[in-house]
Amino acid sequence: MGGNISAVIGVFSLVSVLAGALYAVGRLRGRRGIATPGQRATYEVLHTAGLAAEPLRAGLNPAGAAKAARHLRTLVGADGLALTDTDDLLALDGRGAHHREQLRTAARRVIASERSTVLGEAELTCDRIDCPVRGAVVAPLGGASGRIAGALVAVTDGAPAPGLVQAALETAHWAGSQVALAELDSSRERLARAEVRALRAQISPHFIYNALTAIGSFVRTDPERARELILEFAEFTRYSFRAHGEFTTLAEELRSIDRYLTIERARFGDRLQVRLQIAPEVLPVTLPFLCLQPLVENAVRHGLSRKPGTGMVSIEARDAGAECHITVEDDGVGMDPATLTAGIAELAGSTGDPGDDPGQHVGLSNVDERLRSVFGDGFGLVVETGVGSGTKVSMRVPKFHPGVRAGS
Amino acid sequence: MGNDFVVPAIVAVTLVTVAIGFYGLRLARTTSDFLVASRVVSPTWNAAAIGGEYLSAASFLGVAGLILKYGVDVLWYPVGFAAGYLALLLFVAAPLRRSGAFTLPDFCELRLGSRRLRTLATIFVIFIGWLYLVPQLQGAGLTLATLAGSPYPVGALVVAAVVTANVALGGMRAVTFVQAFQYWLKLTALAVPAIFLALQWQADGRSAVTPPDGSTFRTATTVVVEQRAVLTLADGQTVEVRPGDELSFAEGEPVPEVSGVANGATDWLLPSAAGSDDRGLFGTYSLILATFLGTMGLPHVLVRFYTNPDGASARRTTLVVLALVGVFYLLPTIYGVLGRIYTPQLLVTGQTDAVVVLLPEAALGAGTTGRLLAALVAAGAFAAFLSTSSGLLTSVAGVISTDVLGRGSVRGFRLATVIAGVVPTVLALNVSGMDVSQVVGLAFAVAASSFCPLLVLGIWWRGLTDAGAAAGILVGGGAAVTSVLITVLGPGLTGWPATLIAQPAAWTVPLAFTVMIAVSLATRRRAPADIGRTMLRLHAPDALRS
Repeated sequence: MGGNISAVIGVFSLVSVLAGALYAVGRLRGRRGIATPGQRATYEVLHTAGLAAEPLRAGLNPAGAAKAARHLRTLVGADGLALTDTDDLLALDGRGAHHREQLRTAARRVIASERSTVLGEAELTCDRIDCPVRGAVVAPLGGASGRIAGALVAVTDGAPAPGLVQAALETAHWAGSQVALAELDSSRERLARAEVRALRAQISPHFIYNALTAIGSFVRTDPERARELILEFAEFTRYSFRAHGEFTTLAEELRSIDRYLTIERARFGDRLQVRLQIAPEVLPVTLPFLCLQPLVENAVRHGLSRKPGTGMVSIEARDAGAECHITVEDDGVGMDPATLTAGIAELAGSTGDPGDDPGQHVGLSNVDERLRSVFGDGFGLVVETGVGSGTKVSMRVPKFHPGVRAGS
Repeated sequence: MGNDFVVPAIVAVTLVTVAIGFYGLRLARTTSDFLVASRVVSPTWNAAAIGGEYLSAASFLGVAGLILKYGVDVLWYPVGFAAGYLALLLFVAAPLRRSGAFTLPDFCELRLGSRRLRTLATIFVIFIGWLYLVPQLQGAGLTLATLAGSPYPVGALVVAAVVTANVALGGMRAVTFVQAFQYWLKLTALAVPAIFLALQWQADGRSAVTPPDGSTFRTATTVVVEQRAVLTLADGQTVEVRPGDELSFAEGEPVPEVSGVANGATDWLLPSAAGSDDRGLFGTYSLILATFLGTMGLPHVLVRFYTNPDGASARRTTLVVLALVGVFYLLPTIYGVLGRIYTPQLLVTGQTDAVVVLLPEAALGAGTTGRLLAALVAAGAFAAFLSTSSGLLTSVAGVISTDVLGRGSVRGFRLATVIAGVVPTVLALNVSGMDVSQVVGLAFAVAASSFCPLLVLGIWWRGLTDAGAAAGILVGGGAAVTSVLITVLGPGLTGWPATLIAQPAAWTVPLAFTVMIAVSLATRRRAPADIGRTMLRLHAPDALRS
């Protein structure tokens, strides 16, 4: 029994010695990684700056500012640090909470004058006997664009030393450029949304003119039909111009295409034939708003223009596991693939085939771009065409993609 | 053996299935009318499709076999298989549909925003899918072997090949139509013979299912033993039999008692030893938990809910599924009970899973009626293999092609289908000795201990974090997976360990919930920042959202 216990103790102590040795070796190695104090200082400054940059890149808001202020204070080496936007104090880390009002007034002044200032003891009076705050440096957060987004306030216990002033100014400049980058990000998003809006405006002019002419021709001969058409037209525009939401469901997009085709049928009569084959399983699939409609418009134009007799447009949506495959096909005159590529490359297509309407390239490439930007580069449009052999445009849409949702 | 109608019936079912899959859409949905083309699937149709996909070989063959063998205890299988939809209806159906997720990994990414968790969920989806596919192929092998006399691997290989080719070549395009057709076919294939069987039983003077002096052979029977067992003959003598032994019994001779099977009338009719032995009770509770909570974690069932246009119709669909599946499960019970009278030799051979396909001929004689009904049942059984395997294979292949191969092209999906089909085929060829329903029960146990906590907590508790979810799935699901592997591959255990491993759900499900909650509380800071928005998306009624 005694031998047993001593064996256990022996094994245990051996294991702990081994663990201790491993730990010690690990510590020593870790230290050797950064050799000189200079390197260590550089590393620490860059690391802290990196930590502060992350919340700042989301823009100036109270939550982000609170996270950033902690790291910025370490960076400046001040006893307290506050961040403000153009009219209010967003966050304060460390000392100086009861000087909030004074700091805010000073920050406003700095933002208005766009010049940094140093506050002395006289400007920071308070009735607390034990208050250690003696000075503060207030610097504007100016980005590269020159616009002032807010101010950085460094609070100190002693009189503000020149080193602190210098550090605060540099940090404020750096933080300002991070905030400017955040603005850049959000303006890029705005640009993408503006593109969708532009597309909405783009479909219309041609089509509106044609639709109104077609409806006009029925007003005397068949007023009832004219009325129905106008209602369809109204519903169609309501969907196309709707203000909210970047995404829609396949079912809704098809409903809008139905209205569009009803109006086109009024214009072309029996010349326009439509064939549909939609798997019911994919009707709830979410896809970018108005990404099918331009393809159908394109097919109608191709299937019927410059071609006698009837034209057939077929729309097919198939269930394919985790994806939905959609094709829009016409049996029209088709086009030379080279022309299409050139047209897409030039986008505006001003020097393209003079007989060709440049608008269609814009429509196709816009849809292509939006699909790629939403689902990834593997999900662009595929166009199969040749002179005299019709056009077939197909796309793949995943049934689920994070961040994509109808009605948002 | 040798029923001339069976092979044509099976071929016909296969051809009809493939044809509907390929051309159903073209015939039913080619139109120039948008109202027709964009009509959504009604809850009734979708419910029939879910039923078709769900009612597998385990339900069609296995449940009756288990009832024949073990009696009233295993009634929990059909009850649980059906009642799983109640849990799905109450906790998951509508919020999951509103979330917009197509597969379980999608839900993980949407709710917890973690790619790593998505990978983990993918692994579990593939494992559950394969575990569920094995008994389907096993059932196919068994059915063909019993009815057409082919060797066991033929049936498994045929079904595996047909299903893999069909899914890979796009034969499940009209999946809702195919699966709905399969449901009604399966129901007919069991219901029509059941009526004939009940009438025959009446005509035979309603023989007692459990006569006081033990069941007897109705006709002279020769039995070929397929599983090692110890028989206790009528005169008290015990005989050990091995696979391949032949035993002959004269008409009216009592059926020998078989070890490991509920033999006497009281054994078969009463819950086993609930009072005397806690293990039986534990096993039963385990089974109830696994089947109640496992249904919501089955990958091929959840993807069908995507077809519903909104949360409300998802809920209505689930309600209809509950009714359809509930009606179906009455029938295997009848087969199991009548099997006690007409096919007692199956107790000796150990091939109790074959009771459904053998019963019509045994009860009605080898005349045309009996053979036609046997062929109908065989066709229904094949519909069960085809529909469930196709559904599972589509889900597993979809997950493999998007999450493992990482390319969503048509060729990627085909490659994934072949990969997803080969593995369970190899497994099915190597494990033939297990009860079909028990293997399925294990798949349910894994689903209940991994995805059920994830779904329930993910939908109803704001505090769930990705670390908590991953820990819960790893610990609970991992424990269930280990139990499955030990059951399938490992050494035979006895006593409590054997019970805990054979029916793990009663300890793995609470374990998974506990770990998930505890780790989530410990890592509260990792909770996703946009949880409020996600919750609104899951729970706000559809009318409010547009």
